[in-house]
Amino acid sequence: MSEEMQQEADGKIKKFMYVNRKAPYGTIYALESLEVVLIGAAFDQDVSLAFIDDGVFQLVKNQNTTDIGVKNFSPAFRALGDYDVNKLFVEKESLDERGLSSDDLMELTWEDEDDDWEEKPSIQLVSRQEMKTLLGNQDVILSF
Amino acid sequence: MKFAIVVNEGPYTHQASDTAFQFTRAALAKGHEIVRVFFYHDGVNNGTKLAVPPQDDRHIPNNWAKLGKDNQLDLVLCIAAAQRRGILDEKEAKRQGKDASNVIDGFRISGLGQLIEAGIEADRTVTFGD
Repeated sequence: MSEEMQQEADGKIKKFMYVNRKAPYGTIYALESLEVVLIGAAFDQDVSLAFIDDGVFQLVKNQNTTDIGVKNFSPAFRALGDYDVNKLFVEKESLDERGLSSDDLMELTWEDEDDDWEEKPSIQLVSRQEMKTLLGNQDVILSF
Repeated sequence: MKFAIVVNEGPYTHQASDTAFQFTRAALAKGHEIVRVFFYHDGVNNGTKLAVPPQDDRHIPNNWAKLGKDNQLDLVLCIAAAQRRGILDEKEAKRQGKDASNVIDGFRISGLGQLIEAGIEADRTVTFGD
């Protein structure tokens, strides 16, 4: 990146939301979305992730991809907490429509350094209405 | 206004690249600034110099390259996405021990940080894709 742009980019904190709409396998969007999130974590922005529609399947626990010959990348979600990416909003209606509940999702946590490193859940269930508000509050939305 | 453009689909299969191209051209015509055009997912295929579409059809990679050259646009192909899909510039081809490269002049290959940086820098980030 150019030095000038780097300097300008430094110090600016924007609200980035990565919107995950697709199932984890079948297309590469989910995997390449997570790659952006992990790289983007180095930029110290205000980051959150949204999971809507088939995107909620990305967080289902005990994924096993052996029979389709594709790498199971779901363990990488566990690393997000260590990168201070700890706001994962899951739309409740999308879970309901697919016969899923929060019990079907991975337990993802982060350690809150302001609260004696207490482990806290990263996943928050929100309603469709709340998701609409969250989306409206962002500076940058990257949708996959 | 400063725009960052994200192109997430390859040429011809999808309308996304055409629409992104037309949007970018229109924004420039209105005097807006394009901070960067970032090509991700199959969008990296817009940067191939080996495309040979029929003569009566638009040449999407060449159109991008010309628009970029005429307006000094920063056209960036994501390196991770490009390597998966066999899109290599000369430097990368050499590094990977390949005997050919295929990135069209006017595009450059770089990392995903360029996407985030463009999002920070621009007033609006506009994504074209599925």
